[in-house]
Amino acid sequence: MTFWQVTLYLLNGFSLTLLLFLLTLIFALPLGLAISFASMSKFKPLSFLSKIFVWIIRGVPLMLQIMIVYYVPNFLGFKLFSDIDLIVQLNFGLENMGRFIAVTIAFIINYACYFSEIYRGGIESIPQGQYEAGQVLGLTKSQIFKKIVLKQVIKRILPPMGNEVITLVKDTSLANVLTVGEIIYQSKLLMAEALIWPMFYAGVFYLIFVGLLTILLGKLEKKLSYFKA
Amino acid sequence: MSIIEVKNIKKSFGSSKILKGIDFSMETGDVLAIIGSSGSGKTTLLRCINFLETPDEGQIYLNGNLIYDAVADKDIPETTKRQKRLHFGLVFQSFNLFPQYTAFENICLAPKLHAEERPDFKEKKPEIFAEIEKNADYLLERVGLTDKKNLYPCQLSGGQQQRVAIARALAMKPDILCFDEPTSALDPELTGEVLRVLRQLSDEDTTMIIVTHEMAFAREIADKIIFMDEGVVAAEGSPDEIFSSHSNARLESFVRSIEK
Repeated sequence: MTFWQVTLYLLNGFSLTLLLFLLTLIFALPLGLAISFASMSKFKPLSFLSKIFVWIIRGVPLMLQIMIVYYVPNFLGFKLFSDIDLIVQLNFGLENMGRFIAVTIAFIINYACYFSEIYRGGIESIPQGQYEAGQVLGLTKSQIFKKIVLKQVIKRILPPMGNEVITLVKDTSLANVLTVGEIIYQSKLLMAEALIWPMFYAGVFYLIFVGLLTILLGKLEKKLSYFKA
Repeated sequence: MSIIEVKNIKKSFGSSKILKGIDFSMETGDVLAIIGSSGSGKTTLLRCINFLETPDEGQIYLNGNLIYDAVADKDIPETTKRQKRLHFGLVFQSFNLFPQYTAFENICLAPKLHAEERPDFKEKKPEIFAEIEKNADYLLERVGLTDKKNLYPCQLSGGQQQRVAIARALAMKPDILCFDEPTSALDPELTGEVLRVLRQLSDEDTTMIIVTHEMAFAREIADKIIFMDEGVVAAEGSPDEIFSSHSNARLESFVRSIEK
């Protein structure tokens, strides 16, 4: 295989990596906020349940969660994801779509829990005085959150969020446990063709993408550096 | 008729009784200073008046109308509480400006959000906002910070931040403006500029309740002083009565300890 062919082959895998990364962010960011509100709720059963949930999800390897999401329905007789695998392949020629969906669900739940703890830490770190200042000005709770607290929270959680996002980029490689053809899986296939260097080449894809994210996160931080909070 | 009359306010946190039945009243345009050692309940009283704490017992009357009754209004909805709050303004010891907004934006934020509830907001938004901004400019001028209008709180000194906080509270046009130790977080050389603003407000007949440790200032500016001790009003009267009183041993030792 030529260098160009390997590049196309890996790019094909990297497109799935990117898709998994983006879908996880799009859904886990808001879901995480909902979970953080639940765990800060004054309604005790709700906050208790959400804390237990976060404990389990953070306490169990993501790889195991991926396997559970995909295999457990099969065992229980709902061949949900394997049916999707089949149907999509027959109609559209795309392989492993059901598996990809299962992986994405596991990622979204897992990352939402990590994000929820970052949100909670950020929200709870805002001084009480900010809320009280809003209250004595007669603002509603949602006005106080949206107009006063939110931007300060975003500024505070940007560094830990950046960390988590960069970890997510590399965690996407766990999808290959279900033979989803992301970039690491593709480079493993190339090894069967006695090519070892595509593995390092796959690493370069990650490096470049993380590099770009680092620049983007730096820009966001700079954008919020005009105030101290 | 008194602008505010507070009757038998009691407040406990757990088993510790912070306020044990506070009564006082004041007249429109007056300045009431509340003095007393730390832990005497001054700040809690101010927080009760501003509905940041809910009193366990007692009533608050505004212009003769009962606006809060601890028993009847125990579980008043947030919206009602919000309405009642607007009669009062509060300036905090630690300023609590919103760090992501400029001095000007800090002042405009709440009036603009409240304006959205006006029925004519949609048609008249530009006029309403222009009026709010004009008032903010006027308030900045009154506290002497016109040139700092577009600076963020982190770019202002403590004294300047507190003056912005005063302007922000005034922008809501409260009936009574409360101050919780407004100069306690300031270096001595910055205290003067905040006290100057308070003096000016008092000259303009703003009704104010000031919790303070600045005895000389309280004596100069207040029409009435309340001395609080262990959750009760231990003495009250005109500044001359308070500072020359020898009838109350606690007051006398407090005044002497401050003057040292």
